[in-house]
Amino acid sequence: MKTLKQLLLIALVIPFLSSCGYNTMVDKNESVDAAWAQVENVYQRRADLIPNLVNTVKGYAAHEQETLTGVIEARAKATSVNINADNLNSASLAQFQQAQAGLSSALSKLMVVMERYPDLKANQNFLDLQAQLEGTENRIAVERRKFNDATKNYNAYIRKFPRVIYASWFDFEKKPYFQAEADSEKAPKVEF
Amino acid sequence: MVKRYIFILTVLFASFASAQDIPERSNPPRLLNDYAGLLSSEQQQRLESHLSQFARETSTQITILLVNDFGGTSREDFAFKVGEKWGVGQKGKNNGIVVVVKPRIGNSRGQAFIATGYGLEGAVPDAVANRIIDKEMIPYFKQGDYFSGIAVASNRLMELTRGEYTADEYLNKTGKGGGFGIIGIVFIFAIISFVMRAAGGNRRSNLGGSSLPFWVLMSAMGGRSNSSHGGSFGNFTSGGGSFGGGGFGGFGGGGFGGGGAGGSW
Repeated sequence: MKTLKQLLLIALVIPFLSSCGYNTMVDKNESVDAAWAQVENVYQRRADLIPNLVNTVKGYAAHEQETLTGVIEARAKATSVNINADNLNSASLAQFQQAQAGLSSALSKLMVVMERYPDLKANQNFLDLQAQLEGTENRIAVERRKFNDATKNYNAYIRKFPRVIYASWFDFEKKPYFQAEADSEKAPKVEF
Repeated sequence: MVKRYIFILTVLFASFASAQDIPERSNPPRLLNDYAGLLSSEQQQRLESHLSQFARETSTQITILLVNDFGGTSREDFAFKVGEKWGVGQKGKNNGIVVVVKPRIGNSRGQAFIATGYGLEGAVPDAVANRIIDKEMIPYFKQGDYFSGIAVASNRLMELTRGEYTADEYLNKTGKGGGFGIIGIVFIFAIISFVMRAAGGNRRSNLGGSSLPFWVLMSAMGGRSNSSHGGSFGNFTSGGGSFGGGGFGGFGGGGFGGGGAGGSW
């Protein structure tokens, strides 16, 4: 009799789950994960550009060794911090953001230094790399915005009545946002 | 509690206000949007029919906006937001391009940006977009010839997205400085005009039955005396007059991921 009651309860609950937002929560959760994958993607793209950039710069500005080493170290640090979408919480995201911000500031220092080398600025290879780097910074800004939009959409959904009551039973927790930072938000900008 | 609602409402209004800075898409939708009044209506018509024909043939949508300001945001942000809001390109293919141009006004520098949809980041990489702006558009813009700069850039983008040559080939050709040679330009446009004829367009310019479209001649002559050409190419648009405004079938919902490059002068 007891098992029958339980079965009956489950049978009653199943349609309730699908009609009251469980599936939507899964969908929204997935879109946050997908947006996060894109974010990691574009940061990786930036990291991939750096060896090429450093090599090009080295040929022209050998005695800027310190700045170049700074960029390489910041890159190593930034690529060492990877977050699986499942462990996305405000502490891990802050750590990720901090490592990437370190790379951003090392890169903008490098770009300032480059201003002193007219030969380098005339190098087509360097100009192309610079365009790619700027494009990557733009992509980062766009993907971060899209991640925040997806997160907002998800958070707002799980925290509304009646889902706010049962979302956490299924491990749907609030997800963190990218915080705007005074220095990292701004892409390294060089006017020619 | 009431205070909190007021705060939320304020934030909402603020976000509406900032959303308004991105222009609404025109109705019927147009690929060429001259909000700054830099082009004559004849030039607008020519570019519009050229762009919409390309959009119908390839489904790639190249949208051009000429504006006096970027609605309080940066040129790249403006271009991406227009692309997303208007849905330039086809959904799924994400094959849209948004070109924004702000003329030089007083002390503020002129700015241009080419934003590529997700699907075209391979065909038009950032370095190529950058080269198109620096080497092909800005030299015309500096002389105030917006029409030629836009026509040349849109032709380049069409050739690249159609796969007539790859991005690397383009970079190699332009790497030595000075863009394509005249011969290269004439050759490419001769191919295009051939293809367009083969595709059934029997438009004729009235230049003694020349088979070259107007922009070939314009490029060959450097296009620097644009105003004097204005009258002599009059039949080009009337010949192709069958494609009216919005003849490209509307925007399709393409997405933008931050690809592209910009320049200023």
